[in-house]
Amino acid sequence: MRRRSLALLRSLVGPVRTGAAGAVVLVVLSELATAAGPALVAYGIDHALPAMGDGRTWPLVATAGAYLVTALLGGLLASAAVRASAVVSQTILLDLRRRVFRHTQRLDLEFHERYTSGRIISRQTSDLDAVRELLDGGLTTLGSSLLAMMFTVVGLALLDWRSALLLLVAVVPGIVLTRWFQVRSQAQYRASRTSAARLVVSFVEAMTGIRAVQAFRREPATARAYDERAEEYRAVSAEAIRVNGVFDTGLTAIANVTVAVVLLVGGLRVLDGGLEVGVLIGAVLYARRFLNPLSQIGMFYNSFQSATAALEKVAGLLAEEPTVPDPARPVHLPASRGDLRFEDVSFGYGGGPLVLPHLDLHVPAGQQLALVGRTGAGKSTVAKLLARFYDVRDGRILLDGVDLRDVDPTDLRRAVVMVTQEAYLFSGSVSANIAIGRPGATRAQVEEAARAVGVHDLISALPDGYDTEVDKRGVRLSAGQRQLVSFARAVLADPAVLILDEATSSLDVPGEAQVQRGLATLLAGRTAVVIAHRLSTVMSSDRVLVVEGGRVVEDGSPDQLVAAGGRFAALHADWQASLGAD
Amino acid sequence: MTDVPPPAPAPRAGSGRAPSTTVALLRLREWARPAQRRIVVGGLTALGASLLSLMLPQVLRWLVNGPLLTDGSRWAVVAGAGVVLALGLLEAFLIWCRRALIATPGTAVEREMRVSMFRHLLDLPVEFHDRWSGGQLLSRAMGDLGAIRRWLVFGLVMMLVSAATVVAGIALMLATSWELGLVYLAGAVPMVWLSFRFREDYKVVARRARDQAGDLATAVEESVHGIRVLKAFGRGDDALEDFARQAESLRVTEVHKARTLSRVTFALNAIPEAILAVALAVGVPLAAHGHLSVGALIAFFATATIVNRPVERLGQFLAMTLDARAATDRYAQVLDTIVAVRDPEQPVPLPAPGPAGTRVELSGVAFAHPGGERVLDGLDLVLEPGTTTAIVGLTGSGKSTLLQLVPRLYDVSTGSVRIDGVDVRETTRAELRSAVAVAFEDPILFSSTVRDNVLMGVSRSDGTPEDELLATALDVASADFVADLPHGVDTVIGEEGLSLSGGQRQRIALARAVAARPRVLLLDDPLSALDVSTEAAVTERLRRVLVGTTTLVVAHRPSTVALADRVAVLEGGRITGVGTHTDLLGTHPHYRYVLTALETADEREDAGVGA
Repeated sequence: MRRRSLALLRSLVGPVRTGAAGAVVLVVLSELATAAGPALVAYGIDHALPAMGDGRTWPLVATAGAYLVTALLGGLLASAAVRASAVVSQTILLDLRRRVFRHTQRLDLEFHERYTSGRIISRQTSDLDAVRELLDGGLTTLGSSLLAMMFTVVGLALLDWRSALLLLVAVVPGIVLTRWFQVRSQAQYRASRTSAARLVVSFVEAMTGIRAVQAFRREPATARAYDERAEEYRAVSAEAIRVNGVFDTGLTAIANVTVAVVLLVGGLRVLDGGLEVGVLIGAVLYARRFLNPLSQIGMFYNSFQSATAALEKVAGLLAEEPTVPDPARPVHLPASRGDLRFEDVSFGYGGGPLVLPHLDLHVPAGQQLALVGRTGAGKSTVAKLLARFYDVRDGRILLDGVDLRDVDPTDLRRAVVMVTQEAYLFSGSVSANIAIGRPGATRAQVEEAARAVGVHDLISALPDGYDTEVDKRGVRLSAGQRQLVSFARAVLADPAVLILDEATSSLDVPGEAQVQRGLATLLAGRTAVVIAHRLSTVMSSDRVLVVEGGRVVEDGSPDQLVAAGGRFAALHADWQASLGAD
Repeated sequence: MTDVPPPAPAPRAGSGRAPSTTVALLRLREWARPAQRRIVVGGLTALGASLLSLMLPQVLRWLVNGPLLTDGSRWAVVAGAGVVLALGLLEAFLIWCRRALIATPGTAVEREMRVSMFRHLLDLPVEFHDRWSGGQLLSRAMGDLGAIRRWLVFGLVMMLVSAATVVAGIALMLATSWELGLVYLAGAVPMVWLSFRFREDYKVVARRARDQAGDLATAVEESVHGIRVLKAFGRGDDALEDFARQAESLRVTEVHKARTLSRVTFALNAIPEAILAVALAVGVPLAAHGHLSVGALIAFFATATIVNRPVERLGQFLAMTLDARAATDRYAQVLDTIVAVRDPEQPVPLPAPGPAGTRVELSGVAFAHPGGERVLDGLDLVLEPGTTTAIVGLTGSGKSTLLQLVPRLYDVSTGSVRIDGVDVRETTRAELRSAVAVAFEDPILFSSTVRDNVLMGVSRSDGTPEDELLATALDVASADFVADLPHGVDTVIGEEGLSLSGGQRQRIALARAVAARPRVLLLDDPLSALDVSTEAAVTERLRRVLVGTTTLVVAHRPSTVALADRVAVLEGGRITGVGTHTDLLGTHPHYRYVLTALETADEREDAGVGA
């Protein structure tokens, strides 16, 4: 196991140390009770049986009684161990689930785009499932198996140290085999997790894009690609099982040979009078039992391996540092005015080329600024920087004079809200989806926000009104309706700075007009940065920036720019023409 | 020891009662058939291995009663140990055989089941996917199928073999000493009863745990897909809280499951050992009074020790079986969903298009989502061959739905959609969809190269070189940005590749629809994410290539309407007007309202009611 995984494991076990220790003690005691069995039988045959011949019954009563107590105690302890270890493992799992989830949320968008959603999802589902499998049964079994082996050797040594020595000799090939298995199966299980993740990615992609798959008759091709990955996954799993089979068989052979040797050596010693028959039988029973934990370890070594590989990947995800870190000494902005300033800002995605070579810009509080330009001109980049989805490469962005990187994250999210073109709805009610803008908002506030963007009538007409569940991805609402809902979210959030990145692109004209009217009142006193391809949205703003190649090429009020006869004026003319089209 | 199922044929779900676990699992034979023989043979070798291990006590008995306690022959001891060695090696060999026989076919069964489910999912209509969350489907495809495979390869065989070993072991014990055999048997009865109780309790919890795990997977998926929204509003913590709540209920269920398991653990651990304690109390006096040889007594204990292991593990295999049952049910739930949008038994081929192109006719079309209101209600619309029709209506008026009725992504509730006179339900979906191409409003890209993404709708029989189709389509969509991608048209985009902006994705999706050169082209607001100048360029080029292709385009804006020869107004689920843009602007108040937001008095009233 790598150091990163170990550190993660340590930090997970830390908080449940006591419970884990308790579970371990229970396991130890229950194994101890189980290991006592053959010794008691041996004692019964060698001592209670002859005593019985002499007319003494108490050794038998004592042995049988002790055995009965041991049996019941062993059962109780084993059952308590199951419960205790489930409590511990489920607590650990809950902690791990939360951590991965929280960390995923903390990571920046650049990471999300690079790592891809399918892989993030498989980290949190199939990889955590592998860890769960280990914690669920594997860990207890692994621990109790090792203990059982130890106690078996100790128990036998108490009866007859020479036979115990034979068992210890048998451990040597066992360890060699285990080592071989370890090396082989480690690589195998890494491969298995990788191919599982690939399988998950292609599954998720096909299900997410099912409309396109069907509309373009991609079923056969998609199925073929999936077949390939399913076969790859199968081959990897089959190889893993094969390696495991060799291990299992090898162990059985070693243990069975040990039984024969113990019997041979012990039997000859019985003939010489060096050993009692009962002890020999006890030794054989112990030797026979010695094999059981080893094969169990083999069985759970599988889940141990896959969990180790999965844990390593999860640890890798957790080790990713967000490139948009929370400030060390956050500056509070309880009531932001919405004054924005770009100072010598330059930016490029990742290590890529500069998208914004140099930007100086001041947006006074309350100004409505529109960004216009071709796709890829860098408008969305400006918006994303403002919302601190990314951090600038050079220079700084100030909100009310405070560097965005120093603003308390909660205050920043309250002050600056961005509505994007992609209006994602979560499963749940419409009302809950709007309330994402302000958790704890009353129904009246939610409705007010919906009214402001003109979606109230539409929602009221849904089967359960505001309580209507939107299906996954909000399929039952049209793109325009989803945009309105996500708009209502932003209205409810009531930010000082509102960024609209193509937020009305899917609206119909009346819908947009409605939103415009809503915005006119809504934006009063607020800073707004609006990116729109449609000039209808732009014409009512205070100021327009025309962006090209990451630089501002025109700056002024819409009327000024139209009068100036530059790029914006040309756009404006196109737009006028399209209104009277046909 | 366990209730071994009778080999009855599996009745298909008939009565309303939930089928028994046996029946539910027998369904697996549908997929396990190719592996059946090897599973049976593998089971037999496993049985052989298990029975061989029961021979050991008999050898011990002979050794103790013979050489060790009476004649003292060294040769006999060596021979006895030799027999034990041979038996042991044979056992190992048989174990190897079981693995070799079952493992590979087992994984093949898993793959077959996975692949059939995937194919079925691809076949199921969009309406099904609207209702099912991705997480629920994914957890079936991965976790549930994994559980089924483990059970098929290991659980099933080992459960039956364990049961057989227990039966054989008890028979041997009874033969050794009927008193001791009865003691063992007396312990077995409560174990069977407890196993049965456990089965009932565990079934409920196992199912709940699996369902909750599925829900949790959905929550994870949403949190990742909706990450931008969560970031924009700083709602990561709230999402975490929701998630933590769900994860906590799963934890409670899992602990509850463990509690159920712990009860059976107690029984299966304590009872076998308690039996040995009682047997010691009964057997030693028997041996002391000469009713039983010491060798027989030893053989009994050795047998009981060997049989105890399968008895203990029965609980584990039982739990595996119940888990596999829950998994099988969940799997079957998807597979048994009937494909509502299917190919007809005797498909009619689409006739060749007329000289001017293909005619599409929607008559009396009504459509409602299951359990929802009617979106379309008695709609009539004819797309004349080779013309481009724009469909205009308010958001939510059913324009996108209407579009998706043509390639049968949804089926009409009543009425019909005809392509050159043939009802779309009378031909195969494959033929229909090769004649119809759609550019969706939400552009969907796949993890593949730009080339594959654009050419995915192209019929292979077409003679035109692919490169030419690709270049033309990209040109029409003004997707010149492709040239600047790291590997040009061979750049991998989508989930596993480069991510593109909304406008770029939309243009790829548009190029895809154009490259298919369909008889009917359906464009769902195809230019919404484009900037004005790009939009103008695309419109201009589209108009040129659309000549001769019957096209239906959903339009929200005058600029998109400019693509069309004529416009149809969708209002209240029907077409209330057809004409040119200019005509309709003058005569149709609703049209004027939709495109310009200028309201007339009565239109305001309408909008108030209908919007």
